[in-house]
Amino acid sequence: MIRLTDVAKDYPRSGTALAQISFEVKKGEFVFLTGPSGSGKTTILKLLYMDDKPNQGEVWVNGVSSTTASGREISRLRRRLGIVFQDFRLLEDRTAEANVRFALEVTGAPKATIRAKVSRALTQVGLASKATSYPRELSGGEQQRVAIARSLINDPFVLIADEPTGNLDERATRGVFQLLRDINASGTAVIMATHDLDLVRRSNYRTIELNHGRLVFDSAESPLSARPSDETMAEIEAASDTRENA
Amino acid sequence: MRSVREALTASRRAPLLSILGVVTIAFSLFAFGLFGLVAINIRKALEQVEERVEVRAFLDDSADIESVAAAMKDIGEFPEVARVEYVSKEQALERARKEMGEFADVFEAGVLPASIEVYLRSGMRDPTTVKSIADRIRTYHFVDDVRYGEEWVEKLYRLRNIATVAGLALGIAFAAVAIIIIGATIRMTVLARAKEISIMRLVGATDMFIRLPFLIDGLVKGVMGGLLALVFVWVANRVVNEYFIQTIFFSREMIFLGVVGGAFMGVLGSLVSVGRHLRRV
Repeated sequence: MIRLTDVAKDYPRSGTALAQISFEVKKGEFVFLTGPSGSGKTTILKLLYMDDKPNQGEVWVNGVSSTTASGREISRLRRRLGIVFQDFRLLEDRTAEANVRFALEVTGAPKATIRAKVSRALTQVGLASKATSYPRELSGGEQQRVAIARSLINDPFVLIADEPTGNLDERATRGVFQLLRDINASGTAVIMATHDLDLVRRSNYRTIELNHGRLVFDSAESPLSARPSDETMAEIEAASDTRENA
Repeated sequence: MRSVREALTASRRAPLLSILGVVTIAFSLFAFGLFGLVAINIRKALEQVEERVEVRAFLDDSADIESVAAAMKDIGEFPEVARVEYVSKEQALERARKEMGEFADVFEAGVLPASIEVYLRSGMRDPTTVKSIADRIRTYHFVDDVRYGEEWVEKLYRLRNIATVAGLALGIAFAAVAIIIIGATIRMTVLARAKEISIMRLVGATDMFIRLPFLIDGLVKGVMGGLLALVFVWVANRVVNEYFIQTIFFSREMIFLGVVGGAFMGVLGSLVSVGRHLRRV
């Protein structure tokens, strides 16, 4: 369903972002993407939703290849992906409901189906009662739920989440994470970038770890230990500590 | 339909920006229009002057009337020639007296030679053609002298060419400025909606879908700016007519072309700025 083959990405100013990345994600899988900041997590996610193309290798997502994809194909692909960010990316001047509806409207969905789909998505994330609230009237956790509802509206085969709990307190984090697990349980694959090691440890999902743009660990490949090495773990923690203290 | 609605919503959300956009477009088109007006009036004036370009052949006193008539027939058949007229000695005298007014008495019959006046078709009054006609007429043995105001014809033509080139160059410059201004005002709208656009792309809206409202926005602004500019130019023309000199205004086709030009500039400006934005994000 998703396959990266020997992918490399360089940026003209900041240099190598990714090198020799290869992995596959199967249908319905839940995958954590971990690593210190700047390790390339966000870059991988960008390559997955084809916001960027690799300099080398191939990213293959649901039949669309990064080497040949046209703008139109990429647009079509994104309608089958759910994408969620740390900063929610909601439109402040629209209600929760309008934010979710927006994703359907701009893809030219038939009007008749929109209302039902929107209310179903909001119910799924537990926000049916806040449909008419504006983002500023919602808590961080609620805003992220609206963003998730928006990402679910087109029945994606995979949900790509870039630090979805990065801006949330512990309680909201647990709630959002549980929501992602539920979504995964209903058959949608989830690829979640995070440096919240507690989340990674507590659950038993596949973990891919990056460091300096290289894949240093994939729990699917090393069945003996389903955890990143202590060394890199310490490095990750140190990096996230530094960030928290900054 | 959605695109039209989106374009209108965008204008409603930032009314000041939209008004500013339309007014700047109007001003740049106004400058363009004023120049155009000057250009067509110069052209018109030149045409009037040009109509007076003629070749005059003075005849020998010994010229017999039959050969002159035959020559006139020949000349009349030149493709460049509109008509040929014979001016007898008496007519020449009368004309001179009329033109000289109080000095009319100085002239006596027989002083002025008879002549044939050759009027050229429009478009055939350039210096080279005029000269070649004059040279051909000079070959008749009874023609004493041919005059066509060589220097004058050349000057006139040079002036006209300068006016055309200057008009074209300034017109292109003004059009470029208008496109840049429209691009900039649309760019402000694009930037104001950058977040919306990025979300649209993430959820899979096509570039064309994203672009369309902006193109319509540019089109509407271009047309409105064009119409406003038309009003400005019209008022300016009225003022000049009232207090200075008689001028002609644009024809209906030209007005239509001007407004279409505004629309075109609006679309082009927004195409450039939205395209640049979409490539970047």
